[in-house]
Amino acid sequence: MRNAYMSTLYELAKKNKQIMAIVADIGAIVFDKFKEDFPDQFVNVGVAEQNLIGVAAGLASCGKIPFTYTITPFITMRPYEQIKNDVCLQNTNVKIVGVGAGLCYSTLGPTHHAIEDIAIMRVLPNMTIVSPADPLEAKKTTIAAAQLKGPVYLRIGTRGEPAIYQEDYNFKLGKGVELKDGADIAIFSTGSITYDVLEAARELEREKLSVKVINIHTIKPLDVKMILETAKATGSILTVEEHNIDGGFGSGIAEVLLESKIRDIKFKRLGIKDCFCSFYGTHKDLKAHFGLSKEDIKRETRNLYKQKK
Amino acid sequence: MNNTRDLTNLAKEMRRKVIKMCYRAGGGHVAPSFSSVEILVALYFNILNLDKNNYTDSRRDRFILSKGHAGALLYAILAEKEILDKNILNTFCQKDSILGAHPETHLVPGIELSTGSLGHGLSFGAGIALAGKIDKKDYRVFVLLSDGETEEGQIWEAALFASHHKLDNLIAIVDHNKLQSLGRVEDILSLNPFSDKWRSFGWEVKEVDGHNISQITKTLESIPFTKDKPSVLIAHTIKGKGLSFMENVPIWHYRIPDKKEEWKIVCKELEIDENEFGDVFE
Repeated sequence: MRNAYMSTLYELAKKNKQIMAIVADIGAIVFDKFKEDFPDQFVNVGVAEQNLIGVAAGLASCGKIPFTYTITPFITMRPYEQIKNDVCLQNTNVKIVGVGAGLCYSTLGPTHHAIEDIAIMRVLPNMTIVSPADPLEAKKTTIAAAQLKGPVYLRIGTRGEPAIYQEDYNFKLGKGVELKDGADIAIFSTGSITYDVLEAARELEREKLSVKVINIHTIKPLDVKMILETAKATGSILTVEEHNIDGGFGSGIAEVLLESKIRDIKFKRLGIKDCFCSFYGTHKDLKAHFGLSKEDIKRETRNLYKQKK
Repeated sequence: MNNTRDLTNLAKEMRRKVIKMCYRAGGGHVAPSFSSVEILVALYFNILNLDKNNYTDSRRDRFILSKGHAGALLYAILAEKEILDKNILNTFCQKDSILGAHPETHLVPGIELSTGSLGHGLSFGAGIALAGKIDKKDYRVFVLLSDGETEEGQIWEAALFASHHKLDNLIAIVDHNKLQSLGRVEDILSLNPFSDKWRSFGWEVKEVDGHNISQITKTLESIPFTKDKPSVLIAHTIKGKGLSFMENVPIWHYRIPDKKEEWKIVCKELEIDENEFGDVFE
């Protein structure tokens, strides 16, 4: 996703001189071509994320479209109050791009994991949150972020995420995407773990369980219409996110469901169970250790379906 | 330069406006506003290329009140510049007003940045200064900081950034009144040697009497102090300047004179007619 993001930003910056890449000493090497070709549109502010956001807001007040970039906790939590006051309160046209969604930086430990970001960014008025599931969607969300006037938080993975979309599709900000139809139960997912969800759903099909899979790339604003229609159609919903179980994506969907008129929904959130992920290995190892493997998704889906019956 | 005597009178008038606004509202920051009066008068009436006709123009000079708690003063100044409607000053901090204790840019004309949380203004100003360099516009960006505010780490991140990028169109002014919310800066978190700190961060430093309008003006007329360097003006001021019982007394950081003896002294020292206090902002 990181490369998709960067090559897309390069193309956007080529056409629109107001677009700028502002980084906090991360990704600078892969940005070399950008820096070389558009020196006036690139700034590495150094390891100073609070200043990064303030400078970006100042640039945006002069008509620039800054895409700020570093590892997720450092661009969301470290300068959180700058994002609140300088970006969201003023509704400035600043894009916050966090690399390393969820447990991507598996070996770097809890300081580098991003499992709180959705929760904290979700409570900021004026903020739009997008969380692409694969490289093609990362490209589409980057274009959408540039087109939207206002703050956007873009949550991307690192590299090697398998493609979910085999071909181009009609992307619309705020609109969920049905990746697989199913009648018994629906899974809402966001980010690269959507690939595991899709695999799990296909395998469950062989067990005669018909699972609908919906990719929610826009976490704020949520596609309320689709959530409610799906709840009515299937009666049971599982949410899957690579994020703390509290306050994140699943919580957002729970809020929508609980305040709706729909009753008797079987509902379960799958995520990291309110802990720091002090464990090392590959991204896949960490997902398995913290209950987010394909097998975990299958088990939770079966259990939820049993409740329904 | 405008006539100094007129501006001295204007400074006095700004103090009257501020204290009336705060007194009526029962809120706002009087003493921190009073220490900045001459700085803002010098800026808005002698230095800034900014008036009621160009305050949204992309080539205007910018003024950012990073010490947002002096919002009452900035409103009084903007009203004097006819950027803000004079008639709304008396709504300050009251129900349905657009004028809060800290200014909000999307509510109030002439406000560049919503401040109140300290430490934000210099980075924002540096971003505007950088945009000016990229777009080859010759505006200047002035940021007013309080001395206590420079205890924020972000100020020094911004200070590094501004000198690295040679932002000589960026000017920080420190309202150095030596007091912060709970006491003397020197006792709470010493900044000394203050000017050396800025110098070592690559800034050109000048110091002035922050209540001397002509001195402030003359100094700011020579910006950038050095080409390719950001400038900082350390303005030595007195917190609560203009009211005998308020000057240099920490408790007045966020306190309003009471309706008995204190208000009488205010009226006497600032030449406010006690009986006329009512619709005072016409």
